[in-house]
Amino acid sequence: MKKFLNKENIFILVFLLFIIISRLLHVQEVEPITKNFMNFSIEIFTLVPCIFILIGIFDVWVPQETIQKHTGECSGLKGSIFVILLAMFQGGPLYGAFPVAHILWEKGCSPRNVFMYLGAFSTLKIPMLFFEVSFIGLEFALLRAVIALPVFIIIAEIMSRYSAVRHAN
Amino acid sequence: MPTSVILALLTITVLGISALADRRKTWQGVTKGVKMLLKLLPHFLVLVILVSVFLWLLPQNTLVAYLGQESGFMGMIIAAVLGALALIPGPIAYPLCGVLLEQGVSYAVLAVFITTLMMVGILTLPVETKYFGARISILRNVLCWLGALVIGALVGVLL
Repeated sequence: MKKFLNKENIFILVFLLFIIISRLLHVQEVEPITKNFMNFSIEIFTLVPCIFILIGIFDVWVPQETIQKHTGECSGLKGSIFVILLAMFQGGPLYGAFPVAHILWEKGCSPRNVFMYLGAFSTLKIPMLFFEVSFIGLEFALLRAVIALPVFIIIAEIMSRYSAVRHAN
Repeated sequence: MPTSVILALLTITVLGISALADRRKTWQGVTKGVKMLLKLLPHFLVLVILVSVFLWLLPQNTLVAYLGQESGFMGMIIAAVLGALALIPGPIAYPLCGVLLEQGVSYAVLAVFITTLMMVGILTLPVETKYFGARISILRNVLCWLGALVIGALVGVLL
C-alpha cells in the first residue's frame, strides 16, 4: 500500500477525482482538460507499448556486454567507430554515461574518442531513436542524427585539443 | 497509414521473426519491455495530465507565438534554455515533443529542445565535474549548447 501511494500515483488519483467531481457538477469550463487527456492518452498509449517491446527484443538480441568486450581498441578511427557503436547500444540518462567515459579515459582511450562517446551517447542511442521516429517522425530523426554527427565530431575535436593544451601546461 | 498502425505491424513482424529464431529469448525480451513500460507508466500519466492542464490554461496561439514556425531565433533560445535546465528522461521527453508538434511547435525548436535535453545538463554539472573537472565540463556544456542551436537551425532550414 505504502509503495503504491507515491508522489506520481497520488497526483494521478487527485486528477481523476477532480475530473469525476467536475463531471458530476457539470462544470463546463474544464471539459477541454478531459478532452485533451483522452486524446493524448490514446496517442501515447497506442505507441509506447510497442516501442518498449521493440526495445526489449533489441536488448536480448544485442546485449551490451558483446560490445563492451571490445573496450581494448580505443584509439584512432577504429576506436571512434567503436565508441560510437558502444554509445548507440546503451540506454539511460547522460549522467549514467560519465562513469563509463571516465573508465574509457583511464583505459587509455584518446580524449577525442571519449568526447565522441559522450556525443554519440546523447544523440544516437538506438532505443531513443525508436521513440524519436514514432513521436516526431522518421525524416526528423534521420535529419537530426545526420546533422548531429559532424557537430559532435567537431566538439570532440575541440575538447581533445583543449585537454591536450591543458595537459601540456 | 497512421504511425500507430505502422508501429504495431513492425512490432508484430519483429516478434514473429524473433520467436521463429528463439522462443525463450523472445519471451525474455517481451517481459523486459513490459517491465520497463510498467515502471514508467505513472510518469507517462503524469505527463499527459500536466500537458492537458497546461494547454488548457495557456491562451490559444501562445505556444505557437513563442515556439512556432514564426518564433525564429527567440523560440530556439527558449527551447535551448529549457532543454539545458530540464531533467526529463527520453521516453517521457519524446511523447511530450509529439504533443508539442501537434500544437504547432516548429521542428527547429523541437530539435534544439531534444538536443540540449540530451547533451547539456546544468543540474548534472556537479556529477560531470567529479569525473572530468570543472573546466572541461563547462566547456563541453557550452559547446554542446551552441552545437544544439546549430543543429536546430539546420533542421529548421532543411525540414
